Amino acid sequence: MSKEEKKVNRRDFLFTASYTIGAVGVGAVIWPMIDQMNPDKAQQALATTEVDISGIEPGKSITVLWRGKPIFIKKRTSEEIAEARAVKLDDLPDPQKDEDRVKDGKDEWLVMLGVCTHLGCVPLKDKGDFNGWFCPCHGSHYDVSGRIRKGPAPTNMEIPKFEFVDSNTIKIG
Amino acid sequence: MSEQEYVPKSKAGKWFNDRLPLLTLGAHLTDYPTPKNLNYWWTFGGILTFCLITQIVTGIVLAMHYVAHADLAFASVEHIMRDVNYGWLIRYIHSNGASMFFLAVYIHIFRSLFYGSYKSPREVIWIIGLMIYLLMMAAAFMGYVLPWGQMSFWGATVITNLFSAIPLVGDSITTWLWGAYSVDNPTLNRFFSLHYLIPFLILGLVVLHIWALHVPGNNNPVGIDIKKPSKDTVPFHPYITIKDAFALLVFMIIFAGFVFFTPNVLGHSDNYIPANPLVTPAHIVPEWYLLPFYAILRSVPDKLGGVILMFSAIFILFVLPWLDTSKVRSAVFRPIYRQFFWILVIDVLMLGYVGAMPAEGIYLVLARVGTIYYFLHFIVVMPVVGYLEKTDPIPMSISEPVLNGGAEPSLARKANDKV
Repeated sequence: MSKEEKKVNRRDFLFTASYTIGAVGVGAVIWPMIDQMNPDKAQQALATTEVDISGIEPGKSITVLWRGKPIFIKKRTSEEIAEARAVKLDDLPDPQKDEDRVKDGKDEWLVMLGVCTHLGCVPLKDKGDFNGWFCPCHGSHYDVSGRIRKGPAPTNMEIPKFEFVDSNTIKIG
Repeated sequence: MSEQEYVPKSKAGKWFNDRLPLLTLGAHLTDYPTPKNLNYWWTFGGILTFCLITQIVTGIVLAMHYVAHADLAFASVEHIMRDVNYGWLIRYIHSNGASMFFLAVYIHIFRSLFYGSYKSPREVIWIIGLMIYLLMMAAAFMGYVLPWGQMSFWGATVITNLFSAIPLVGDSITTWLWGAYSVDNPTLNRFFSLHYLIPFLILGLVVLHIWALHVPGNNNPVGIDIKKPSKDTVPFHPYITIKDAFALLVFMIIFAGFVFFTPNVLGHSDNYIPANPLVTPAHIVPEWYLLPFYAILRSVPDKLGGVILMFSAIFILFVLPWLDTSKVRSAVFRPIYRQFFWILVIDVLMLGYVGAMPAEGIYLVLARVGTIYYFLHFIVVMPVVGYLEKTDPIPMSISEPVLNGGAEPSLARKANDKV
């Protein structure tokens, strides 16, 4: 035995080849078992929503459901926009300009995922230390631009992909 | 086991036993030599077996009436409560049974910590036990989601979002867990499937847990190795079975007290509101048995850090047998460690309390102090005390202290001093 140990013989090759093919086969069968848990086609089909925004007064906001998650649509007053833009980027845990969170020329419309980036609760509007949103679960404070200011949330509230279909309608997704 | 070969009395029994030695197994379990000084803290293994079987039986029955669909789940649970014959009783046994299960398992774990049952040669028993504990938490969490009330929905949202803290792949993992872009019908459906599976996995691990226990045999309150069988042991049946049965009876009285008099006291009233993805309840609280870990999670002002610390709090227990450097098992003979043990008990109870409170002000301070002590206990106190502590003299056998004047371990020490 000890003499043959170093030499790779035909049997060693067959073992290795069999194990390799076996591993590939097992992997090929396991992948469908794992991937079936990802969102199915019916879930993916719900990926866009159109919303009529004509009825929203300045300073007010509405909440709509998109892919099972709340979307905040807020028509901000000029004071609120000015407040959001006066903030120094150094004061932000996740620095982002207010201009980058809205569409050009539609500065009053803030459209964002109403989901706290900490653990997914829905923040309450017009609450917290920064005139924006406050998450009741673990105490994250967001400003009027939806940016994280204080608390355990790591990032600003997410801006979903959206576009203005016309001046009264937006399409989310 | 140093038992004599068992031979069935009847001819049929012998015929069967030669082909499948089930009767030998039965004889082993009956005669299994058990330390004669086991106290009532040792009865929780039997109580836990009872809890598992109760959950499985009531769960199978509930699944005959429950509908795992986001639109129907809440109504079907109310249907069980109002329409199904004795449905209220079966559901209350199942929901309170989860709490009783955890109550028993926490006593069981702390008993092991006090008497050093996790130490050599019982490390594998301990690790299998922790795996059971982890599966219990998974089963309890998913079971709590099934009624699809507000706490179900938001509890599921918060817990699954823990995984989004993982760098790079976190969001993909969370979406994969959900089967949707938020907690939704696919999530409920798979949670039901897994909730039904896990108890049977636990059952399998329980068999391994007991198997691993029967190799070295039970630890005991004085924590010394004993000869088996000897005058230090008694057969499992009838001595231990009758003691276990009495403890179980007392436990069932407490259990029945919850089921019949305050069936909702351990739950949360918000869970009688149907799930609403647009509104988060003002105070999200997990079930009481997860509160200490929740407090640890919230004590860290960083998302990933909090999640890592919370999981570490559980996984550190897996290396406990190697963190404890003391040669002496039972805390009865460890005057210093014994005090730290009780500090740990108070610490965990305090973490549980602040976990139920809002994460602000004094509660946040207490949560941080409690978290720091929790980790210090295992990482610093256990190895260091094990080295420095001067332990009390250990008796030579279980019979010795008994014969010298009493079963009290404190008396045993005095008796031992004279020798």
